[in-house]
Amino acid sequence: MSQVLGKPLLRKEDPVLLSGRGRYADDLPVPNGTVHAHIIRSPHAHATILRIDASAALAEAGVWAVVTGEDVRRISDPFLIALKPQINQWSLAVERVRYFGEPVALVVADTRYLAEDAAELVQIDYEPLPAVVDLEAARSPSAPLLHPEARTNEISVRRFSYGDPKGAFEGADARVALTLDYPRNSFTPIECYVVVAEYRPHEKSYDVLANFQGPFSTHAVMARALRVPGTKLRLRIPPDSGGSFGIKLSIFPYIVLAALAARITGRPVKWVEDRAEHLAAASSGPNRITEIEAAVRKDGRILALRLDQIEDYGAFLRAPMPGPLYRMHGAVTGAYDIANVEVTNRVVLTNKMPASLIRGFGGPQLYMALERLVQRIAIELHLDPLEVIKRNVIAREKFPYKAAAGALYDSGDYLRAVELAVGNGRLEDLKRRRDVARAAGRPYGIGFAAIVEPGMSNMGYLSTLLTAEARDKPGPKNGAISMATLNIDPLGAVSLTADVTVQGQGHATVLSQIVAEQLGLKVGDITVILELDTLKDEWSIAAGTYSCRFSPGAAVAAHLAAVRMRDKLAEIAAKQLNILPDDVEFADGMIGSRNNPDNALPFGRVAGTAHWSPVMLPEGMPPGLRETAVWSPPGLEPPSSEDRVNTSLTYGFVFDMCGVEIDPLTFEARVDRYVSMHDAGRLLNPLIAMGQMRGSFAQGIAAALYEEFVYDENGAFLSGTFADYLVPTVGEIPPVEILHMETPSPFTPLGAKGIAEGNCMSVPACIANAIADALGVKDVRLPATPRRLHALMAAAEPKRPPPTSRGGR
Amino acid sequence: MKPRKFAYIRPDTVDEAVAVLGEYGDDARILAGGQSLMAMLNLRLVEAAALIDIARIPELDTIRVAGDKVEIGAAVVQNRLLAWPDLKSRLPLLGALLPFVGHFQTRNRGTVCGSIAHADPSSEIPLSLAMLGGEVVLRSLRGTRVLAASDFQRGVLTTAREPDELVAAVRFPVAPSRHRVAFREVARRHGDFAIIAVAAMVEDAGAVRLGVGGMTGAPAIRRIEMNGGTAARDAIETLAWDLEGFEDIHASARLRRDILRRIGPVVIEEACRCAA
Repeated sequence: MSQVLGKPLLRKEDPVLLSGRGRYADDLPVPNGTVHAHIIRSPHAHATILRIDASAALAEAGVWAVVTGEDVRRISDPFLIALKPQINQWSLAVERVRYFGEPVALVVADTRYLAEDAAELVQIDYEPLPAVVDLEAARSPSAPLLHPEARTNEISVRRFSYGDPKGAFEGADARVALTLDYPRNSFTPIECYVVVAEYRPHEKSYDVLANFQGPFSTHAVMARALRVPGTKLRLRIPPDSGGSFGIKLSIFPYIVLAALAARITGRPVKWVEDRAEHLAAASSGPNRITEIEAAVRKDGRILALRLDQIEDYGAFLRAPMPGPLYRMHGAVTGAYDIANVEVTNRVVLTNKMPASLIRGFGGPQLYMALERLVQRIAIELHLDPLEVIKRNVIAREKFPYKAAAGALYDSGDYLRAVELAVGNGRLEDLKRRRDVARAAGRPYGIGFAAIVEPGMSNMGYLSTLLTAEARDKPGPKNGAISMATLNIDPLGAVSLTADVTVQGQGHATVLSQIVAEQLGLKVGDITVILELDTLKDEWSIAAGTYSCRFSPGAAVAAHLAAVRMRDKLAEIAAKQLNILPDDVEFADGMIGSRNNPDNALPFGRVAGTAHWSPVMLPEGMPPGLRETAVWSPPGLEPPSSEDRVNTSLTYGFVFDMCGVEIDPLTFEARVDRYVSMHDAGRLLNPLIAMGQMRGSFAQGIAAALYEEFVYDENGAFLSGTFADYLVPTVGEIPPVEILHMETPSPFTPLGAKGIAEGNCMSVPACIANAIADALGVKDVRLPATPRRLHALMAAAEPKRPPPTSRGGR
Repeated sequence: MKPRKFAYIRPDTVDEAVAVLGEYGDDARILAGGQSLMAMLNLRLVEAAALIDIARIPELDTIRVAGDKVEIGAAVVQNRLLAWPDLKSRLPLLGALLPFVGHFQTRNRGTVCGSIAHADPSSEIPLSLAMLGGEVVLRSLRGTRVLAASDFQRGVLTTAREPDELVAAVRFPVAPSRHRVAFREVARRHGDFAIIAVAAMVEDAGAVRLGVGGMTGAPAIRRIEMNGGTAARDAIETLAWDLEGFEDIHASARLRRDILRRIGPVVIEEACRCAA
């Protein structure tokens, strides 16, 4: 049936990108007279700003302005956040700095070189304050306060209870508990932030080009900060992107900063973030401490869970934070059928860079706790960990499955996925490899992880942060709107726009497949334009590319627009062909009768009718060919009065299994074999899906073994270059065997779920489990570096030999 | 990450380069491959009134066999040496360790002499020069000076080079016979700064020369007698404590010592096996 949809077509984007013809933000032409900005950043983790003297810098030729926090406070408002008390943050530090790398002043000059030279002449006096870096220490009543007006660093605590956790714990055969400490890391796109901002004084409006990724709910935050209506902040997103991985949401304070600088200088202002700035201050996933406990039956069946999740958002809470703590909320029980759950969520501030969304946000932290706990249950009850997983996963016949905290899982067959993955001798092979290694004295362990991968967030999930009463005041928040617009010109050329931002995923290819499928055209016939202009294009608060919203969201909107267009063309053609619309077939660029192939018209001819010959259209049909479809799936309801929330529309499944060996000479963890089983519903383009899974796997490996933002106890940042923040390269990424099955989602017309985040969520937990198994330890900190593994493995050091004559030098 | 203003000077001959260097002295930096220098300039960690670019001086772009030594000019990039057909027979240690120097892309620009002049303690090429007992040829308006490797590198990023001197070439003694070396490096990722680098070379039937990079300011070289029993292990244990090891976010000093204890004997054994 399917002509092009579901086929592993090559990405149509690639020839452009691979031949160096990409149009990235920094490459695009800028308005005449554009000046360049450089940001002076805090060298302290916590300090009072006593004085900023920019006179020497301003005296330099070519320097336009030195913008400070006081300027920004005067002409803009603090960014809105989801919580009260308001934690005030402007686009530059006001009165105090709260993390290393925080923007303190902006130097604007004719060139970036001049701006950086002038920055050295700006005198800033600080009075250092005690910093608090450790998450637990920050909760102590005696800890230095990040925001004295909040009177605490633990700015939100919410407790949730579903089912009867208390009863389940009391009646359980055993309890198994574990404390996890998930590290801070990020994913570093090749392209950093870019903003070009103009101010139009006559309209009092801002016109900004930025590689912002959404969600566009943040557009309102920026407009409010700039004190303008949304229409006065025209935001344009460039056609190509050097990657994002969630990071490019957090460009929004810089968009406001550049806009203000444009207003102050009267010139268009361009700012390009450099790599040192990016590592120190762009964005990070939050680190999280989880205390998790299960009530279990002797056979390993989990009766109840209790989680205390303490998450570190750094120095400020930025919109839409604390997303990672709540995005998984409805699905907090993961892949398991657990009716009773108690969750405590705590939001804590420390003197670190603000944390925000990164690929898979909230998932790695949750599954590190849940999947490590499942292994502990097996160990403490003397069971096979795989058996514990199998005994607890949701049974096929229970779908659609309502999870305890409110998620409505659309489809799945988890047990079959597990059986397929361990089958074909794969698990036997892993055990054989383990036995050989152990016999030779090399530590080797096997790990598993079973996770649920949410796709397309319910825009109301974050309001679970507030109590039901507090939610009632502003009214319910929910849903997840997607939009796409299909155009056909008088010659029959087809173009599509959609409310996604390009980040390199190959969306143009998949959208072309969706449209071509309906219209009987070739993928190459469809032009997809994904650069976005907030004044002219379709968008809503949910717009953007994040949380796997493409396949369940934007793709569906494109499908609906294409179906509607097809129906219209069918009616037009039916009249001309003298047949019924039901008899119309679209194939090979022709529109004709299914029953009589000779009775057909070229696609372009039919399309032209709608433009040139309204007189020939069926009675009452509006002329022109432009269809905007809005997809707003039912089922994404606001959080209930009992705090149950269906956090996402679709829920895929990933089951991972791996063998990890620890080199006894060098203490390096080496992934010996990795198997990853996916069910993401229907695959729209298996080749692109494979690319997403491999990328996600690589970043899972990065989090498990390499990447970490490291601060010392005073808040000094120790991982400020790529020599210290270790992004694994192709040489460090082990092979992965990816397996598939498809249980289409019944909740979307295309049946496709999200796929790009699952391995980011599963790999850290799976590898941690393997390492725990290899070393027989309970506490495994990630990334599992040689330094950490050595600390776990090393016996007492031999005594220093007495000094002797040192011959042979 | 933009450098401060500097003058860019590209002399055509060594004499010219040395003359300019004599004029600027400490205020100038020699630019060859720029793989460390440019990053440091961009981060404004080093100051330079002038960069003297020697990369295109033809007389420096030579690999020459002179007697029992191989002389490598200051413009020779690491990949060129790696591709030199006689490398494995004449300088097997360099053949073994050059693939660990940075990445293919950085080796296309980074020079052999630049690595020596930069004197990073974890760097492989200075380790090989020290292991082989090579020499550094320094040119200035005052003439030519030849220093032994052990006299040249003094510590972390510090050498005996005077401000007006150009590292014009390095000389590696040719290996007396083939296959008598072994090399291992432990780094977090391929191409990273070594946490520890260990080289071994069979000197004669009874002894091995062991070189360790990454643990102290300059490569450490020891002669280890192989008179059976635990002599080698004892010598490595002593060496581990002598060197102590750096402490950084990637490895504790203790971890460095423990890796040395474990891979030291392995590398020695590999070298002996090659020699057999």
